Amino acid sequence: MAGTGLLFALFVLAHMYGNLKLLVSEQAYNTYAEHLRTFGVPMLPNSGLLWILRAVLIVALIVHVYAAVTLWARASGARSVRYAVKKAVAQSASSKTMRWGGVFILVFLVWHLLEFTIVKIDVSGKGATGNNPYRLVVDSFQTPWLTLIYVLAMLALYMHLAHGVFSAQQTLGWTSSARTYRQAQIIGHVVAGIVVLGFLIPPLAILVGLVK
Amino acid sequence: MNLTLKIWRQAGPDAKGELVTYQVQDISPDMSFLEMLDVLNERLNDEGREPIAFDSDCREGICGMCGLMISGEAHGPEKATTCQLHMRTFTDGDVITVEPWRADPFPVVRDLVVDRGAFDRIIQAGGFISVNTGAAPEAHSSLVPMEHAMRAFQAAECIGCGACVAACPNASAMLFLGAKVTHLGELPQGQPERWGRVVAMLNQHDLEGFGGCQNLGECSYACPKGIPQDVISTLNHDLRKAMAKGR
Ligand code: HEM
Ligand code: FES
Repeated sequence: MAGTGLLFALFVLAHMYGNLKLLVSEQAYNTYAEHLRTFGVPMLPNSGLLWILRAVLIVALIVHVYAAVTLWARASGARSVRYAVKKAVAQSASSKTMRWGGVFILVFLVWHLLEFTIVKIDVSGKGATGNNPYRLVVDSFQTPWLTLIYVLAMLALYMHLAHGVFSAQQTLGWTSSARTYRQAQIIGHVVAGIVVLGFLIPPLAILVGLVK
Repeated sequence: MNLTLKIWRQAGPDAKGELVTYQVQDISPDMSFLEMLDVLNERLNDEGREPIAFDSDCREGICGMCGLMISGEAHGPEKATTCQLHMRTFTDGDVITVEPWRADPFPVVRDLVVDRGAFDRIIQAGGFISVNTGAAPEAHSSLVPMEHAMRAFQAAECIGCGACVAACPNASAMLFLGAKVTHLGELPQGQPERWGRVVAMLNQHDLEGFGGCQNLGECSYACPKGIPQDVISTLNHDLRKAMAKGR
């Protein structure tokens, strides 16, 4: 859970960085997308590195979800008679929503991949195709309902990452003092904040017309 | 004070239980929660009804017997054991729900009494050090740095009451395990068995059917001794080291 989670955190940081190229120029963004595919050529076939990364992410996702389901199942098995009254006094909004928030992010991920990777859905109806990733993204995010979906998903991602990044440090045994424990909690919010802000800048810039 | 109590009544381990409502009158705010239950039990006795079974022993907050879930909080709203919880914490007219610890590894024996034998078996699996008995060795022969001593003492405050399990949404006993592993692992006497201990205790924990940890923090909040979350990190740290050593 911790290992795969931290891998995802690194992935979203890198992905967020790539998305910011949208702000530079159409060419910068498309070149970046192109480089993702030609990286390592001719040592690797075209898209070779991309497929290696995809394979790692898919395996990590399966492990991450499997671990979450196991944890969930063990919890219900460990308390078959529930309390009539039970208060949650120490949990945060983030930690309380790890399970359903995680499911939501998963559903979003399916939509997101269909939209930009597998089918390359043209939500705006302006005829953009995968041949010009920049146009596809910019046209898509000129559609407000799509931006809303992404804003909600980023809210969920913030919550999931804030607790997840902290919790992973605790699981790895890096927080064995009051000070390091507190630091880990702060790191969780900082990483989540950077990722989510970075992700939100391009769609919002497109929405208000700064990027066309 | 006059209070309405909704108390879990269950005749035996396999009997079906239910919440039963009782009214208590003229409760002194200086009474402990257990004394308030004593007053109710005396009345039930006088009326020829079955008194409510609950556990207690020291009544001074050190034995860990008296755990009750009080209106959804383990040991009630104060950072203390149930025996050290005073009625002045409540207000006249309050409705208070009293339930036993809920976790399948802690089966209900009767009413509010649960069997915490699972904790004993976890301790038997590894929560000990092996030393020769006889004359105590000269204390200064093994030096303990101050920080290690302080942390060991803090973790050693755990009285095994089970509030951590009761409060945890996953019914996990990681705070209990973390307290024992930290208490022994911070001291020189705990070193020889350190790496085997964590693995044996964790295996027993899982075997007993406790849940896994999500680092939610409910356990430390509920702990009457304030055992902090960082002992769980020490548990994880020791487990990682032990696994690297092939345990
Ligand atoms: C506002 C937020 C996001 C935007 C604008 C965005 C945009 C994109 C775009 C345009 C692509 C296609 C890249 C290409 O064709 O080279 C992509 C791929 C992808 N995104 Fe996102 N993304 C966002 C958030 C996320 C999040 C939160 C996750 C995961 C938790 C995620 C996971 C992925 C994955 C797995 C791929 C596929 C990579 C591949 O195999 O090619 N994205 N994203
Ligand atoms: S009765 Fe001993 S701790 Fe409460």
